[in-house]
Amino acid sequence: MRFGVVVFPGTWSDRDCGWVIDQVLGAELRYLWHKDRDLQGCDCVILPGGFSHGDYLRTGAIARFSPVMESVAEFAERGGLVWGICNGFQILCEAGLLPGALIRNDALQFRCEWTHLVCERTDTAFTAVVERRQVLRIPISHGEGNYFADPPTLSRLEQHGQVVFRYADEHGFVVPAANPNGSMHNIAGIVNERGNVLGMMPHPERAAELEIGSADGLFLFRSLLDSGVKVLTA
Amino acid sequence: MVDARKLKEVALSRDEYKALVSALSREPNDLELGMVGVLWSEHCSYKTSKALLRRLPSQGHGVLQGPGENAGAVDVGEGWAVVFKVESHNHPSAIEPYQGAATGVGGILRDVIAMGARPVALLDSLRFGPLPASAHHFAGVVAGIAGYGNCIGVPTVAGEVYFEDCYAQNPLVNAMCVGLVRSDRLKRARAEGAGNSLLLVGAQTGRDGIHGASFASLDLDQDVEERRPAVQVGNPFLEKCLLEACMDLVRMPSVVAIQDLGAAGLTSSVAEAVARAGSGAEIDVAKVPRRETAMSPYEVMLSESQERMLIVVARGHEADVQRVFETWDLEAAVIGEVTDDGLLTVREGDEVAASLPIELLTEGAPPRRPESKPRPEQATILSLDFMRREPPDLSRSLKRLLGSPNLGSRRPIFRQYDHMLGAATLVPPGGDAALLRIKGTRRALAMTIDGNGRYCELDPYVGAQIAVAEAARNLTAVGARPLAVTDCLNFGNPDRPEVFWQLEEAVAGIATACRAFGLPVVSGNVSLYNESESGGAVYPTPIIGMVGLLEDYTKRVDAGFKEEGDFVLMIGASGNDLGGSEYLKVVFGQVAGRPPAIDLAAEKAVREFVLAAAQAGLLHSAHDCAEGGMLTAVAECCLLGGLGVRCPELRVEGDLRLDSAFFGESQARFIVSAGSRAMPELQALARRQHVEFELLGNVHGDRIVFEGQVDVDLAELRDAWDRALI
Repeated sequence: MRFGVVVFPGTWSDRDCGWVIDQVLGAELRYLWHKDRDLQGCDCVILPGGFSHGDYLRTGAIARFSPVMESVAEFAERGGLVWGICNGFQILCEAGLLPGALIRNDALQFRCEWTHLVCERTDTAFTAVVERRQVLRIPISHGEGNYFADPPTLSRLEQHGQVVFRYADEHGFVVPAANPNGSMHNIAGIVNERGNVLGMMPHPERAAELEIGSADGLFLFRSLLDSGVKVLTA
Repeated sequence: MVDARKLKEVALSRDEYKALVSALSREPNDLELGMVGVLWSEHCSYKTSKALLRRLPSQGHGVLQGPGENAGAVDVGEGWAVVFKVESHNHPSAIEPYQGAATGVGGILRDVIAMGARPVALLDSLRFGPLPASAHHFAGVVAGIAGYGNCIGVPTVAGEVYFEDCYAQNPLVNAMCVGLVRSDRLKRARAEGAGNSLLLVGAQTGRDGIHGASFASLDLDQDVEERRPAVQVGNPFLEKCLLEACMDLVRMPSVVAIQDLGAAGLTSSVAEAVARAGSGAEIDVAKVPRRETAMSPYEVMLSESQERMLIVVARGHEADVQRVFETWDLEAAVIGEVTDDGLLTVREGDEVAASLPIELLTEGAPPRRPESKPRPEQATILSLDFMRREPPDLSRSLKRLLGSPNLGSRRPIFRQYDHMLGAATLVPPGGDAALLRIKGTRRALAMTIDGNGRYCELDPYVGAQIAVAEAARNLTAVGARPLAVTDCLNFGNPDRPEVFWQLEEAVAGIATACRAFGLPVVSGNVSLYNESESGGAVYPTPIIGMVGLLEDYTKRVDAGFKEEGDFVLMIGASGNDLGGSEYLKVVFGQVAGRPPAIDLAAEKAVREFVLAAAQAGLLHSAHDCAEGGMLTAVAECCLLGGLGVRCPELRVEGDLRLDSAFFGESQARFIVSAGSRAMPELQALARRQHVEFELLGNVHGDRIVFEGQVDVDLAELRDAWDRALI
């Protein structure tokens, strides 16, 4: 399983993702520069967190036009695994690879705090080793993570079971009090219909070792390591 | 002869002008006058404080770089050096809170980057007037810090904030940055080697921030509206690109030096880098990339446009450096070269626009030694008698204290800051100190920033010592040993004898405490003229940034109680130390009395005890006893751990007041908790180290109870604590 981590100017979770892949898991890692089109044979492309191009104009609005994004779109089209975290999720929405948009947090302030996520899809490559309804403790860090979609899009997402993660309390109950940013239906992460493109606001790469507060993020990375082999041999 | 208006514009006195003319043996032209004006400002020249600052100890074990560089550096083992510095951005934040604070963060980051280090953490010390009147300052500054730090991707991991009347017109915004670098890659900003090239990199130069340094050296007065253009606008995205490009440069042997462009822009940046090497420089302003047309040499030389760096490159290697910046879509223009003539020569094309001796620029400001005298009412402040009042209800007082802005939960602030980025944060904000692991090792850096302006107002010598002692206790409370200090001295107008006296006393206090603890002061900043016509001077507010080391982070502790049944102990002894306390302020509405007594030997003893106990794995929690006293500290341990305490009646002996035992702010104390099996060893350790040790009670339930004295529901208390700043 070869992970590619895309670096836009202004990206900052690239190094944290790289640390987990390379140092915690010992998996294969490539950094992919935004100006390059070559995905270097990666099996999973991560669009990490940060403020690509300063998020000037609108989050992810400039990054989506990067040369690398053309390759990412083709890769996704072919069924390649694409994982957008935080700013990466915003870029995927801007690029039209995922439906909906991420708007300003309802508190109108940046939020960095621990959240609990309940996992509703365990049949994706990203969540294969997660139990259904398992609660994961993973932090958020964003100013624009408030998931928004028009009613038809939202009901389509729900009907097709595309919501992978919802903000929940520590017991897994999806309650308004557990929603940190005003996201519709407490949505924290979604996949496309085919299930090969995941976007999520929380940062699993910051929850990969117990000493920094949680290792629950590893469930996602491990799922990819497991399923990656299947993708390659399929 | 120059006219008075022009001298006011460059903030030079008539005497300073005379000294300049006599040193030059001629009249300076306008550009030269402007350049000297900014470099001779207090902000750049430290002409008033320099003699005092020499009293601070700057050498010590492990110091790799002391004061005089962009930031200080200390060896932390396994080939790593920690680089850190604190700096003020008070005046800009008073005028434009968001941008003032944001560019303060941007500036301190560049100081650390210039040393070749990757910034790993930011800290802030903030002071505002009371809420809600000062809410615009408070909200704007916090948003500005968040806006810059979050975007550039450096976690903001610790800080402090207090609200007092004296800061209403003149808030304080001190930002500290901590970075890491391999010791052998530590850079120094010395522009060496005649013929080497000077490259200006990063943002283009505009007309923003001209005379910012001079502005910072004046009182805040009615000109505030006029001064607004002197505040710069930050671009954290650009600085992120600049940061990454500079990290690439650090590995290149052809890069001789990296120097930040901060206050006084190109003028001070070139002059300082050249002065350190004893060389000279010639630059051509026509080669400076600009974002505005028709800028004069004066404007180019004095612009404080943000996100710029000066790079000194060995001749012939310019293109290598330019390629790195091209990757990040940044400008990198060769604007001049290093010379050996001891002059800073500024040309515009073929024409010489200014030529000044470097030494005159950086060392020529006539030192100022203002009169020093305590103010007449100092004696009254100290002796004011408040001790006859009957103590009010202790439970209610606790709720009022924890629900007050100075002691309430800081979560509404730090949840706006990314404090987890880098996946290194082991102890997050909200505790005594932040603790960050050095990835790839078992080592961790502890960091804190502390000050107590109120104590210093009542007694600057004692107050400054307490600031150092408290910072050291905060590091100890996470299990780390203090290494070194950076300081930021925020004072009023030093031309007033009582202010200069405060400055002298405070510096002496820092020096005394640092010497006693063996802590070098490796970097720092002075911010004077923090006063306004309507608001008067701020409290003398020396701020201490401190960094410590924990060699094995599995031995870390934090403040929250952990287990039902654990013993709760107070280390150290309580006295009648209600002077200057939060209790006195919140419950009695008074700022008076003597600040708590300070005993530096006792401080060391309790810290050694806590460190030894933490190393031996005997502690489940440790927390410094500071503002709000013992009961506040115990309550904080409860709130952080989500567990109550049950204690028997607290017995007071001798002339100790009951309310002072609970809320007095006696120094050299910790609240720790431990399991029953650790108790015999802890008692033996306390006996061996001659440390006072008092069993308060046990961790229990969901109330804070001292039998017959205090009974508070934890949920109710949490509600007040959570809402204090919202």
